[in-house]
Amino acid sequence: MIAVHGSVLAQEIEIESPNIAYSAIYPILIVFGVALVGVLVEAFAPRPRRYVVQTVLAAAGLGLAFVGTVLVAGDLPETQNGLARGGIEAEGALAVDGPTLFIWGAILLLSFFSVLLFAERRLESGVTAFAGQAAALPGTEAEREASTRGLEHTEVFPLMLFAVGGMMLFPASNDLLTMFVALEVLSFPLYLLCGLARRRRLLSQEAAVKYFLLGAFASGFFLYGIALVYGYAGTVTLAGIDGAITNRVGGDGLLLAGIGLMAVGLLFKIGAAPFHAWTPDVYQGAPTAVTGFMAACTKVAAFGALLRVFYVAFGGAQWNWMPMMWIVAALTMGVGCVLTLTQTDVKRMLAYSSIAHAGFLLTGFVGVQAATRDSDDMTSLVAVMFYLLAYGFTTLGAFAVVTVVRDSSGEATHLSRWAGLGKQSPVLAGVFALFMLAFLGLPATSGFMAKWAVFTSAWAGDAQLLVIIAVLASVITAFVYIRVIVLMFFADPVGEGPTVAMPSVLTVVTIAAGVVVTVALGVAPQPVLDLAHQAGEFVR
Amino acid sequence: MDLYLPILGLAVLGAGFAVVTIVTSALVGPKRYNRAKLDSYECGIEPTPQPAGGGRFPVKYYITAMMFIVFDIEIVFLFPWAVAFDSMGIFALVEMVLFIATVFLAYAYVWRRGGLEWD
Repeated sequence: MIAVHGSVLAQEIEIESPNIAYSAIYPILIVFGVALVGVLVEAFAPRPRRYVVQTVLAAAGLGLAFVGTVLVAGDLPETQNGLARGGIEAEGALAVDGPTLFIWGAILLLSFFSVLLFAERRLESGVTAFAGQAAALPGTEAEREASTRGLEHTEVFPLMLFAVGGMMLFPASNDLLTMFVALEVLSFPLYLLCGLARRRRLLSQEAAVKYFLLGAFASGFFLYGIALVYGYAGTVTLAGIDGAITNRVGGDGLLLAGIGLMAVGLLFKIGAAPFHAWTPDVYQGAPTAVTGFMAACTKVAAFGALLRVFYVAFGGAQWNWMPMMWIVAALTMGVGCVLTLTQTDVKRMLAYSSIAHAGFLLTGFVGVQAATRDSDDMTSLVAVMFYLLAYGFTTLGAFAVVTVVRDSSGEATHLSRWAGLGKQSPVLAGVFALFMLAFLGLPATSGFMAKWAVFTSAWAGDAQLLVIIAVLASVITAFVYIRVIVLMFFADPVGEGPTVAMPSVLTVVTIAAGVVVTVALGVAPQPVLDLAHQAGEFVR
Repeated sequence: MDLYLPILGLAVLGAGFAVVTIVTSALVGPKRYNRAKLDSYECGIEPTPQPAGGGRFPVKYYITAMMFIVFDIEIVFLFPWAVAFDSMGIFALVEMVLFIATVFLAYAYVWRRGGLEWD
């Protein structure tokens, strides 16, 4: 025993310093760096200045990171016979390739506009929509005092940047441990942000607790899955797992259990049935700006990670997990569209609609995977990335509209309160109708092109049955979306009806961005589709 | 198998110590109960008030505990870094300075927001 110990200690351990290519990963570092500066601002800047400094910092940081992403994308080397572009960086921890950069770009654009929603102050007459002092119990003297003193939690901006950093790390992770860390980095700030609503504090806190508890369970499943996959393959790198599956190194039981458990964690974040139960409650309770941010950005990041893990690491076992994904996709669409029908609250309706859209995205996910060089075939990767960008802007815009329709107690989210909105504010009701039609997938909106893309790839990938289910689901949800439009334009307002508050330029810009992207991707989607094509496949 | 024998021995020792102390104190220890002894034990702080009765509880205990853990983890990273420092050179120094700066940033926030004041 002692001899063994002695030899280990005596041995001179040679450790080489890791080789980190900062030129490829600096967009992530910018986001995290700005978040840290934000923490310093909270510590040292005088209270009245913080709001402006934080808003400018967050927006500038995200803008800078987006420029960085574009620059990095400009000189990606081609690999794998020109099928993929990019490379494995940071000692195998991150894969900076075409799809990663496309997803980074989407997340950064969407979160830039989310910052504008976060910073909106005019709707609450001079303060943000976040609790003045989250530690004060709802309905107590302390809370009233925080409210009258006009306190604000400007920590939301650094928190949001930390979440964005995690979201960028998540789809870029090239090994399962980095992926787990990224999952936690993106989740923790979101749990906090959900509980910070200024109005309806109990509902907001309930949402945060629910999201935290269920999210912790899902993370546990994910981690257990990683452990089992490691037990099977003996490595946590995605390429290593792929090699182990190709060489059939062990019994399938361990691998399949691992894949299943990891899928639970990922499908939870995506909001796919049967792991969707948190979505309506959390989307309803969270501050609407946070809901928009989550619905748009979290979905992009989680789908990016799902695609990478299942295509790169588990691609060799796809005949095993494909049936599971078929069932999940069909179930998600079914649950999403049927329960959307019964909702009476706008935010809950949008939440169930996001579940239905997760189902459409999963339909694209099970489609054609392999691209061939110089072909314009619609692959799953291209279709899903395009769908994510299109859906992200539409849903962010829709939630931005929700923040504007108000009555004396804050946002009027009950659908009956939206009756006759078209008479009060034809422009706003028209914009919301456009978003509804995009969700429905009407031609000339981004929703049509996105659905066309995922259905094409799924059809070519022999998932015809799923495409038929998806089309049926679209028809059912059409009823909901058209009912909202009819309600807004052809129903008489109940009582005094809602008021449309005049927001500041921040919210207006966000809604306008939603409208522009929704229309542009519907009318002229080719540039973005080309960009997604050029991104190529995942590097291995 | 020989390699695992010391671990087994340690496990037996540990279990034996626990059993002996519990049994001995149950047999020979004096039993004088009071209110504080019957209260629920939460690591030495005032027990959390019931949710129905409401009321806030101080978080300073948790902040102290949390900061201890952060320092603890920092040392866990610092130790292997110091051992391997010679072979990694200036790169390791820069990375570790960045790491420590990140940790202390959080401390700066806690300090400025009054998290270090006990009363």
